[in-house]
Amino acid sequence: MVVTGDYSAAYGALICDVDVVAAYPITPQTFIVEDFSEFVADGLTDAEFVKVESEHSAMSACIAAQAAGARTFTATASQGLALMHEMLFVAAALHLPIVMPVVNRTLAAPIGIWCEYNDTMPERDTGWLQVYCETNQEVLDMVIQSYKIGEHRDVMLPVMPSMDAFILSHTVEPVHAPSTDEVADFLPRYQPQAILDTSNPMTIGSFAPPEYIQEIRYQSEVTMQKAREVIQQVNDDFAQTFGRDYHGLIEEYRTDDADVVLITMGTVTGTAREVVDDMRREGKKVGLVKLRFFRPFPLQELRRVAENVEAMGVYDRAMSFGSGGPAFIETRHALYGLDIPVVNFLAGLGGRDVVKEDVRLMFEKTLKAAKEGRAENETVWIGTRGVKP
Amino acid sequence: MDGLDTGAENTWCPGCGNFGILRAVKKAVQRLEETGVERDRLVICAGIGCHGKIFDYLHLSGLYSLHGRSVAAVSGMKMANPELRPIAFVGDGDAYGEGLAHLLFAAKRNMDVTVLVHNNGVYALTTGQFTPTTARGARTRSSPRGNVEEPFHPLALLLEAGATLVARGYPGRLDHLAELIVQAVQHPGFAMVDILQPCVTFHDTYKEYNKKVEVLEEPLDYPGALVLARERDRLPIGIFYRTEKPVYHRELHGDLHPIRDSLSRKQRWQLVQKLLSGETNE
Ligand SMILES: Cc1ncc(C[n+]2csc(CCOP(=O)(O)OP(=O)(O)O)c2C)c(N)n1
Ligand code: SF4
Ligand SMILES: [Mg+2]
Repeated sequence: MVVTGDYSAAYGALICDVDVVAAYPITPQTFIVEDFSEFVADGLTDAEFVKVESEHSAMSACIAAQAAGARTFTATASQGLALMHEMLFVAAALHLPIVMPVVNRTLAAPIGIWCEYNDTMPERDTGWLQVYCETNQEVLDMVIQSYKIGEHRDVMLPVMPSMDAFILSHTVEPVHAPSTDEVADFLPRYQPQAILDTSNPMTIGSFAPPEYIQEIRYQSEVTMQKAREVIQQVNDDFAQTFGRDYHGLIEEYRTDDADVVLITMGTVTGTAREVVDDMRREGKKVGLVKLRFFRPFPLQELRRVAENVEAMGVYDRAMSFGSGGPAFIETRHALYGLDIPVVNFLAGLGGRDVVKEDVRLMFEKTLKAAKEGRAENETVWIGTRGVKP
Repeated sequence: MDGLDTGAENTWCPGCGNFGILRAVKKAVQRLEETGVERDRLVICAGIGCHGKIFDYLHLSGLYSLHGRSVAAVSGMKMANPELRPIAFVGDGDAYGEGLAHLLFAAKRNMDVTVLVHNNGVYALTTGQFTPTTARGARTRSSPRGNVEEPFHPLALLLEAGATLVARGYPGRLDHLAELIVQAVQHPGFAMVDILQPCVTFHDTYKEYNKKVEVLEEPLDYPGALVLARERDRLPIGIFYRTEKPVYHRELHGDLHPIRDSLSRKQRWQLVQKLLSGETNE
């Protein structure tokens, strides 16, 4: 099928046979909800679709439905995600493996509808798994994998696969669509571990004094760490079943023998692949790492790549003001003790295009840092009026 | 030239009811000026939606708020500077859905602000999903098999919440709508005008409204207003109910103007010393 990223997400929910969907419309997520509405209207699914009055209610409804044993689905973007904030913590701490595609859209002010990661990045500490997609195919595949990973007995955590506003959400691409049957074999029925059940009453999410909370936090961390293995396992199973391999937490592109490597996320990765090919043809030994999962963060994987290169560049589509881009901050944390320069590139904020020349500049700056053994500037803003990169 | 144009490109669909609302607001601003309400006392705020674009088309000071939050924002404006006359332009999804709590509480407190609801029965900017005022059974992008929910009676809801001026207007009766807006802004207390706004793209109601709309000559008493507000088959426009009650900012701090009358450093220090020495104001 030739479909948008939004359709891919909705279709993912359809073939994963979700039981309950609760959502509130927001550009550029709207099509996900509408496409799913159509599936319901056309009788393709018997899922309960609750159209609520806010995103806060959407997440609340999903939490309760999942706690009652249903496989749930929702989707949002930007302001909607921000409004869900407090409920995101609840979903994760209660170990409810909800899957929620997020369309990355800039958070106000000013009001904009284009791509920026300042919506999902602030949610990285909520306990949700986060994975950033590059293509519409990956969106669909990651919805399926998200259920499989999140519902794994050792994980039981909610997952947020995200996609770039408009670049994916509203742009059509050919997508291979597995059938419901194929998916059913890959993804068994959801096996809740504790459910709200009238014949076996229990309380979920009750008050806890300091005697308990620290252990609960520890458990969340243990499961998040376990997710590393499960992500790889599910990736490999998926590759075997469906023939598409995403390589797990990160994907490397021409990193063998690379002198420098650039880390990218989302659709900029596609542009960067081409730049790598161009520069390789010019004899420049550059490589690329697609940072897929941001939670759990690929600490060891990035370190392993860094051990064999002379400098690293990190692309960020959001800024943690007063510190640096989130991907950069975390990458440096992963690389602690390694003596190589790491350069942070900010570009594409608010949906500004990131073109090949921008990515080339990132590589050139990183190559220069490699040559000089240090970065001239640690944080480089690319394509910003009045600011020299 | 009324000096209210901004030159911003208008992106409403041709024929949208919002054009009439914009024109009525401009008329109202001029009439208000004639009655002594200066233009720089009017501050505006808007939610997110097609309605919110009016913010870009009106040369008046203001703050662009978030979806659902502009009633809270105008409340803040009034509290900080009681000399202002804040107007919130809100949508039905915006104020009757996402931000309903703000609307009800502003009415309950009798916050001295004006709320103009562009009620088109649809989330228009997000391209056509049902809202709290969409009729039962209506097929929309989010209810392809028909809406299964009962819509709100917004005027009745606001009457119950304590609004002191509750009205309904229609841009097809431009002059009448302009006059309602003037009355709402001049009203000391919480005023809401629910505006029947046809959305030609997703919910075209011109024909129905042109046929059904009837002018209500006089405000009613409270029980009468409630009964009429619950009517589904008739569409009276005009002021349903009006009363006067103490306004919130005065109840809270009398004639104090928090910006102009804020204490100097010295005055604050004297107050602190007085407190520490055990003296009280009483
Ligand atoms: C928290 C949040 N959720 C969702 C949205 C997306 N959104 C923008 S406008 C809108 C609906 C607007 O409907 P309404 O208030 O009726 O205004 P109209 O477009 O009909 O004038 C929505 C849901 C948003 N901006 N913020
Ligand atoms: S979609 Fe509807 S409300 Fe929005 S501008 Fe067009 S006609 Fe007006
Ligand atoms: Mg509306």
